[in-house]
Amino acid sequence: MKTLRETTNGDRVTVVKVHGEGPVRRRIMDMGVTKGAEVLIRKVAPLGDPVEINVRGYELSLRKDDAGMIEVI
Amino acid sequence: MAITIALAGNPNSGKTTMFNDLTGSSQHTGNWPGVTVEKKEGRLKGHREVVLQDLPGIYSLSPYSPEEIVSRSYLVNDRPDAIINIVDASNVERNLYLTTQLLELGIPVVVALNMIDVVRKTGDEIDVKKLEQALGCEIVETCALRGEGSVQAAERAVALAKNAAVTLTKNTFAPSKNTITNTAGNAHTSSLSKEAPRFLNRRTAFSNEVEAALDSIGSLVRELGAVKDKVAGKINNGEAYLRWLSIKLFERDAEAAKDAGIADTAEGKRVLAEIEKITTAVEDKLDDDSESIITDGRYNYISDIVKQTVKRKNAFALTLSDRIDRVVTNRILALPIFAGVMFLVYFIAVSTVGAWGTDWVNDVLFGSLVPDGVANGLAALGTAGWLNGLILDGIIAGVGAVIGFLPQMLVLFVLLAFLEDCGYMARIAFILDRIFRRFGLSGKSFIPILVGTGCGVPGIMASRTIESDNDRRMTVMTTTFIPCGAKLPIIALIAGALFPGSMWVAPSAYFLGIFAILVSGIMLKKLKRFSGRATPFVMELPAYHLPTPGGVLRTMLERGLAFVKRAGTIVLAATVLVWFLSSFDTSMQMVDTTDSILAIIGDKIAVIFSPLGWGDWRAAVATITGLIAKENVVGTFGVLYGFAEVAEDGAEYWPQLIAAFTPLAAYAFLAFNLLCAPCFAAIGAIHREMMDVRWTLFAVAYQCGFAYVISLIIFQMGRLFGGGGFTVGSAVAIVFILTLVWMIGFKKPYAVPAGERLSGAPASEVA
Repeated sequence: MKTLRETTNGDRVTVVKVHGEGPVRRRIMDMGVTKGAEVLIRKVAPLGDPVEINVRGYELSLRKDDAGMIEVI
Repeated sequence: MAITIALAGNPNSGKTTMFNDLTGSSQHTGNWPGVTVEKKEGRLKGHREVVLQDLPGIYSLSPYSPEEIVSRSYLVNDRPDAIINIVDASNVERNLYLTTQLLELGIPVVVALNMIDVVRKTGDEIDVKKLEQALGCEIVETCALRGEGSVQAAERAVALAKNAAVTLTKNTFAPSKNTITNTAGNAHTSSLSKEAPRFLNRRTAFSNEVEAALDSIGSLVRELGAVKDKVAGKINNGEAYLRWLSIKLFERDAEAAKDAGIADTAEGKRVLAEIEKITTAVEDKLDDDSESIITDGRYNYISDIVKQTVKRKNAFALTLSDRIDRVVTNRILALPIFAGVMFLVYFIAVSTVGAWGTDWVNDVLFGSLVPDGVANGLAALGTAGWLNGLILDGIIAGVGAVIGFLPQMLVLFVLLAFLEDCGYMARIAFILDRIFRRFGLSGKSFIPILVGTGCGVPGIMASRTIESDNDRRMTVMTTTFIPCGAKLPIIALIAGALFPGSMWVAPSAYFLGIFAILVSGIMLKKLKRFSGRATPFVMELPAYHLPTPGGVLRTMLERGLAFVKRAGTIVLAATVLVWFLSSFDTSMQMVDTTDSILAIIGDKIAVIFSPLGWGDWRAAVATITGLIAKENVVGTFGVLYGFAEVAEDGAEYWPQLIAAFTPLAAYAFLAFNLLCAPCFAAIGAIHREMMDVRWTLFAVAYQCGFAYVISLIIFQMGRLFGGGGFTVGSAVAIVFILTLVWMIGFKKPYAVPAGERLSGAPASEVA
């Protein structure tokens, strides 16, 4: 299973599923990271975490731990 | 009849800007998500019967942080008569996600397509007519910043609310089948004719399985007590409410079940069990959980609409924001740039531009012009000696000492307003998240800290956007370590009087604050009461925009005015009290300051502070008056050191201050006053956020204790290394240092029992 965590800058991927449970997952989905959403990995913060992605036309930042819950292809 | 209209929308979509425009108020705005944390009420200009509610921004009606719950419960339970849904036109897709949920509430909605100018500039096109039809609600194009379209949106909302009220009284309402589309693609427009009540909003169409499940859930709850009343017409558009509730129950939203009065009756519990069965069946069939099914369904529905109505030039194209970000959040440059920016803010405000202004005000205005003028005036009137004393040595010396710093504060406020408006705030949170997490806080904690640089009260309130209780409490406790605007005079005074020409003292005060926050983060996180999972960091990074000069100036003037007001009220009262206590002895005879009541009291208190190097009773008194308002520290100095000097030869009290303090003691004094408990107003804000007396007391005690320890270490170690010889004080300082080192580096954190680890990620990744 490939997750958003394993991607690198400039990758363009499609979300397959958001794993995990609870409010954080819900928030990630509410922000538009849902099945079929196209995601561009913009950059990684200076100290390696969090990451900045472009999804549905805006910039969103996520921690790597949470990015690990997002399965992509 | 009063009509209530709510302004709802995603964070940072411009709700407060529009609210200010429509009501003529001047609520604080900024370019980061979460500026507004409380709902605010105002009346529509020109329509006094219309009440507008500005709500904190939400991404969805399934909120997480305290300020978002405010919005949801207002919309769901208080049910405004109409909603103006502010949609950021440059980010339609995510914004419409909330719109689909608002439309389901059955409350008339007008969509304000805001920041339409940004869209036009980028060359994107939105087919508003088509979007109106697809959503089944009216859309008004607006640019709240320039006041375009806001009034029109408000008028449409008022009209819809009135229309809805008529429908409700007639009770002729029935769910109209033809307003519902099965797929987004073949939306039929018949329902949007002029005569039909236009608030019969379209609703998201889910897949057949889900729709069937929602229907069954609807028929199960329809007859339940509390729900029945609402559906039968007690509220507007009860059928829509039923649909909304069915979706929420399908999503297992416990809060919604409770609000609907289902959760606590036996009958309700039986129904909830039934619903659980329906939900599980659908989940098994679609091989996904109900939350995903609903969110995916909504986003698919919106994607379809957006595809047909929005022409985007290039979704992933590098915008100006991205190019700025390349530098500002660059791997290597980001942290130095941040440190540089904060250094510059303080350097400009305290040491250079601001200082020139302050020098003039202190030397010329309050140094000679005002006191001389007033003294001459008083002499001409032939007033009593004690009255002259009160006015010249009390009020002018005290309040003047505070007002004197206004130029520096205004410069600081301009710079902060610029930082807040341009969009850099969210980036700082992004850059610092990793560091702050190491220190037990979230990057989001940085926003309250930066807001706190202006004033601690809104800073503390800004912590509400932090989802985790522990992180929020910790942020509330540590935010006021950062020097606020009112502490700026203390910094400027010490830097100016005792460290002339030094450029490091003022910025060092800021970095001392950051240091205190980080160290406290580490130490507090190890306590049982703060243990637990960190706040997630799922945060939108808004596009940069150049702040409007008018907006920046308005913020500056407002904060400046608040400062002047405080100087004219709290500080004035305190200086008069200080003057009185320092001019009379216990038998009410006017005496020399050193024999006054205040000297007697001050001497007792001063003992506590003498290990910190400033056992002078005046400094002790100034610190105590600083609790009322931090400006008082300087005001009190003005009265106590400036005594009679100001009026006689126009000299300021700085020389006296230099005589009373060594630079080391002055810095220790500065450190203590920066870090100790904030003013009463901020302590009140801490109490409001903590909602608990014990937590508040703990916070204040911790702040004072920490300030004492740091101040003592600075003074005693400085003395030891300055050749002052080893004393008991040095020994105490070393013990304190060792304790801090142990707390930071060696104390084991309180271990969270495995079962309490509320993480979405597998345990191995969390550890």
